[in-house]
Amino acid sequence: MADVAIPRAKPQMSEDSAWIQLKHNRNWLGFWFMVPAMAFLIFFLAYPLGLGIWLSFTDTRIGRVGHFVGTENYEWLWDDSIFWLSVFNTLLYTFVASALKFAIGLYLALLLNENMPFKAMLRAMVLIPFIVPTVLSALAFWWIFDSQFSIISWSLKHLGLINQNINFLGDTTWARICVIFANIWRGVPFVAITLLAGLQTVSPSLYEAATLDGATRWQNFRYITYPLLTPIIAVVMTFSVLFTFTDFQLIWAMTRGGPVNATHLMATLSYQRAIIAGQLGEGAAISSAMIPFLLAAIMVSWFGLQRRKWQQGESND
Amino acid sequence: MSSVQIRDVRKSFGNFEVLHGVTIPIEDGQFVVLVGPSGCGKSTLLRMLAGLENITSGTISIGDRVVNNVQPKERDIAMVFQNYALYPHMTVADNMGFSLKLRNAGSDEINKRVKRAAEILALSPLLDRYPRQLSGGQRQRVAMGRAIVRDPQVFLFDEPLSNLDAKLRVAMRTEIKELHQRLKTTTVYVTHDQIEAMTMADKIVVMHDGIVEQMGTPLELYDKPDNQFVAGFIGSPAMNFLKGHVRVNGVATFEGPNGVKLPLKTAPVASDGRPAVYGVRPEHFTIADDGAEAEIIVVEPTGSETQVFAKLGGEQVVAVFRERHQFNPGDKVRLKPEPSLVHLFDDATGKRMNA
Repeated sequence: MADVAIPRAKPQMSEDSAWIQLKHNRNWLGFWFMVPAMAFLIFFLAYPLGLGIWLSFTDTRIGRVGHFVGTENYEWLWDDSIFWLSVFNTLLYTFVASALKFAIGLYLALLLNENMPFKAMLRAMVLIPFIVPTVLSALAFWWIFDSQFSIISWSLKHLGLINQNINFLGDTTWARICVIFANIWRGVPFVAITLLAGLQTVSPSLYEAATLDGATRWQNFRYITYPLLTPIIAVVMTFSVLFTFTDFQLIWAMTRGGPVNATHLMATLSYQRAIIAGQLGEGAAISSAMIPFLLAAIMVSWFGLQRRKWQQGESND
Repeated sequence: MSSVQIRDVRKSFGNFEVLHGVTIPIEDGQFVVLVGPSGCGKSTLLRMLAGLENITSGTISIGDRVVNNVQPKERDIAMVFQNYALYPHMTVADNMGFSLKLRNAGSDEINKRVKRAAEILALSPLLDRYPRQLSGGQRQRVAMGRAIVRDPQVFLFDEPLSNLDAKLRVAMRTEIKELHQRLKTTTVYVTHDQIEAMTMADKIVVMHDGIVEQMGTPLELYDKPDNQFVAGFIGSPAMNFLKGHVRVNGVATFEGPNGVKLPLKTAPVASDGRPAVYGVRPEHFTIADDGAEAEIIVVEPTGSETQVFAKLGGEQVVAVFRERHQFNPGDKVRLKPEPSLVHLFDDATGKRMNA
């Protein structure tokens, strides 16, 4: 009996187990749940990134498979003054725009946190630049800064302040100011609304306690608001810096990097070399050159985001 | 330390008046408790005293100085908030020293005063911790420490114990009272808990709907409530109220619901037949043969005493006995209020009728 029973049971069990295990084992089940997200990340993030880095070491052109050329693309870029100009432009653009977005965003957030009439409506209005598609707002700015039809030139002329139109997007300095202005206009709502959310987590009784302790408005900000806001500032400024550093749409729609490459950022230069000129390898090298900068930005915020001692929980002594 | 005078103070939010002319004299060194149900205006009054709300009319003075238009920081008061309002990003020592730092006190001076306050409150081993690392009771003590460090004219407490569990609340109650006995700083304390008020106060101010119902020592309020509201608010379990009429036919009695006869020591002048409310505290019932018949509904022994819920003339009353009776639900007992401890209130106005 026993001899018969065992061979009968055995194949049945081993037949089930592989399939049933895949279906019912908790670890496998966890894996199945992860698959969609993983697939998404692999196909749309890891693969393009890897491919980009690989391409930067080849001489691939559009329509022609490239060969591995080592660091030749990077060596070329090293001697390319336009590349270095774009690096300078990107850093300038990121630094100035982020700093001003932070300052204006914080100011707006503090303002919107006060009690005032039409508060809800004002808060909603602040978001408008963020909602408008970038390209549309860029087109609007394009007209605002047009060399002939600029409303700014027109207004200033009618006010008698200038005699000639300002060549906003044709002059290198003006062009830089204009794109930075447009970027700030677009980026401020994100900073302002996020910081506002942070401000609202600060208990009003802390301000009352500080007021009774003798704090002026400035001291309230300096000793209460600012320290309590630092974790949120770290997050919002990381995102803001990353978005600004990799900006493409706004520049491409307004200036295409001109005049005389004065507003070329690394992203736009990469696009121009890779897609317009067809030098995929070189374009990929420019894109890949952004990675160290982005990593540096992330590292800064990573250390900035470390839980501060006061945020930590119940640990004793 | 100094006295505080609150004179005919009113407060309106828009057209809505929440305080209707409140006058409270507070003597130097007194521990005054403002008590009342939520929405009675007690916290608003405290915040006006602190300078966090402006005063619609009337005056508040601290010492000899009218402070209506004085900035909070110049009023020389310290406040303990319900949620403690500790600065989460500062250590206990920094929390306590913050006000001194803002006044540009030297670091030696700050250290000295923080240390002294920490010793008083047994916080010395915790000075380097952050508020998150403290228990509820410790946070409460830090909040008090922050007030003590400043050595203010007046301490203000806004329901400081309501975030603590029952046991800790009792302990902190004693601690605060002890602290006051030691420092003798004028204190204004807001609570909705009448037990807190009774146990801690030199003087209780009972507030209701934006007016002061009665002021006095805890026992004055317990023994001689001015009106039905105070009578019902002070004491636990609450006073029993029975509606009926005063009868004077040689002997003064009270005719309660369904003709129940209840004893009165004396009847107020010319009160025969007047509708009134008869008030008797649960602890002032005795079992006596000449008492009124009542049917027991529920018996709740607590060990030291027994609470008995019964129907008297169709109305539910509660009686508390310290001696141990054998009661069962459904039993008939004869409950007799102690006539000298009975309260009589006007039915229409709720004002006290008997002396």
